[in-house]
Amino acid sequence: MTNGKRVLLIEDEPNIIEAVRFILSRDGWHVATHSQGSDAVDAVRAKAPDLVILDVMLPDRSGYDILADLRADDATRALPVMVLTARGQQKDREAALSLGATRFMVKPFANADLLNAVRDMAAGLQTGD
Amino acid sequence: MRGIGGEGARIRALRLQKGLAQAGLARDAGISPSYLNLIEHGRRPIGGKLLGELARALDSDPAVLSQGAEAAQIETLRRAAAASGTGSGPAPELDRIEALGAGFPGWSALIQRQADRIATLERAVASLGERLSHDPLLSASVHDVLSAVTAIRSTSAILVEDPALGAEWQARFHRNLFEDSRRLADSARALARQLEAGADADRGATTPLDEMEAWLQARAFHVAELENAAASDDTVIGLAADLPSGPGRTLLTAHLQQYAADARSLPLDALARQVARHGADPFALAAAMGVEPAPVMRRLAAAPADVAGAEIGLVRCDGAGALTLRRGLRGFGLPRFGSGCALWPLYEALWSRRPLMRRLQQADAARPVRAFAVSETRFPGGPNAPGIVTATMLLVPHGSSADAAAPALPVGQTCRICARTSCPARTEPSILPDAPL
Repeated sequence: MTNGKRVLLIEDEPNIIEAVRFILSRDGWHVATHSQGSDAVDAVRAKAPDLVILDVMLPDRSGYDILADLRADDATRALPVMVLTARGQQKDREAALSLGATRFMVKPFANADLLNAVRDMAAGLQTGD
Repeated sequence: MRGIGGEGARIRALRLQKGLAQAGLARDAGISPSYLNLIEHGRRPIGGKLLGELARALDSDPAVLSQGAEAAQIETLRRAAAASGTGSGPAPELDRIEALGAGFPGWSALIQRQADRIATLERAVASLGERLSHDPLLSASVHDVLSAVTAIRSTSAILVEDPALGAEWQARFHRNLFEDSRRLADSARALARQLEAGADADRGATTPLDEMEAWLQARAFHVAELENAAASDDTVIGLAADLPSGPGRTLLTAHLQQYAADARSLPLDALARQVARHGADPFALAAAMGVEPAPVMRRLAAAPADVAGAEIGLVRCDGAGALTLRRGLRGFGLPRFGSGCALWPLYEALWSRRPLMRRLQQADAARPVRAFAVSETRFPGGPNAPGIVTATMLLVPHGSSADAAAPALPVGQTCRICARTSCPARTEPSILPDAPL
């Protein structure tokens, strides 16, 4: 079950935010959003989500830098983070995974794929994967 | 066309291409100029030992002189087969390649044109990838397009897949679709403008380095305007203005500034006198002229053929191994993208910091080449800042018979298109058919 799980979506495109929020909310997720890169790490600490969906090309800070900071902090080192980006080359995937991304998904995506990925990450939370 | 006239015409064409005088070639081949003249005009037959001597003096192959275009065509077919990769279906019958060339000249020409076209398209794809990586404006435009497409795809899927969606949500998502479709139209137009603006620069030459090399190649790497000691920065800037892109002009400006400085310290007439005594050996020339080998290598590569005395290739790399200048030499292929073969002395010079001379032979080359390599270190940020290292490698044809006694080091162009087995330096699999992993 995913009811009651909290996801933080860090994304700066309003209509992508609205669509993802709708897709996940319909599945029982509590969706918080944040649109700035500069204070995204603070937002993660403050909102304490169960998992994060992180855009890479944010207006004021790269998602990769945010991910690196999250992995450097004991409190968020194991937090599941899905990197969601329009930059889908192999080198981008490798960069994200090497920084500790739990999942890597390329835009545009199928809604069902996004949902399944989030569910899988939640299942990993429950099983300790 | 075979026969007496064919070889002679090919010898003459090759001699003129190399800028050699009839007297000089005749002397090198051990015959009189008048006899060479008769050969070139098809009035004397040629074969056997004399054909070999003329081929050696022209740094060519007897088969090329005797068979000409047919041999070249077969070589082209062989390269097309090698570059085709390991796809499904039967492999090309390389043992029957000569029958293909002779029996089906039209099909052979078609294969050749298609191989050329594939190579052109691959360069364009690589160029676009490079532009996306290094052009922030283009990258931002692509990101805008993909963001709009992402929003449209997700939103439209919600509308289609959820028939029970409430009217309020439907209205919101329809409005979002309208906004995103307008945004997509705008960003697609912007992207098209950027691609069209770059199209002219991409035609033929595809990267700033390609642009610069194409400009230099058109002049055989010799820039007569800068041979005058009075050449100014304005001359350099005026020459570099030929290139279509800003990055290309920046590269060419730096190259021409170094060219002008080298020309002032090593004038062409002084170089020519020493080459006449020492040949195209940059180490011997540097010792004789009391200068470092690297500028001598650059001057040899920039000198007209009658001064250098031989066909010259030049490769330069930075401290990270990226090739920053490529002048090819027949019989020694250089990669169009990425780094070269790790066995080249160019790379050894980066760490050994001593002058190196090696005889090298690539797998598909008829003969080895001589390679001279050195590195230079500059400290533009002062003694406490990191040094900037570059290495330069001069390539000259196989050289004298004395050289031929020493074994040549087997090398390649770059791993991806190298078929050498058991190479200790291989870093990635080859795409050539039946090549090692």
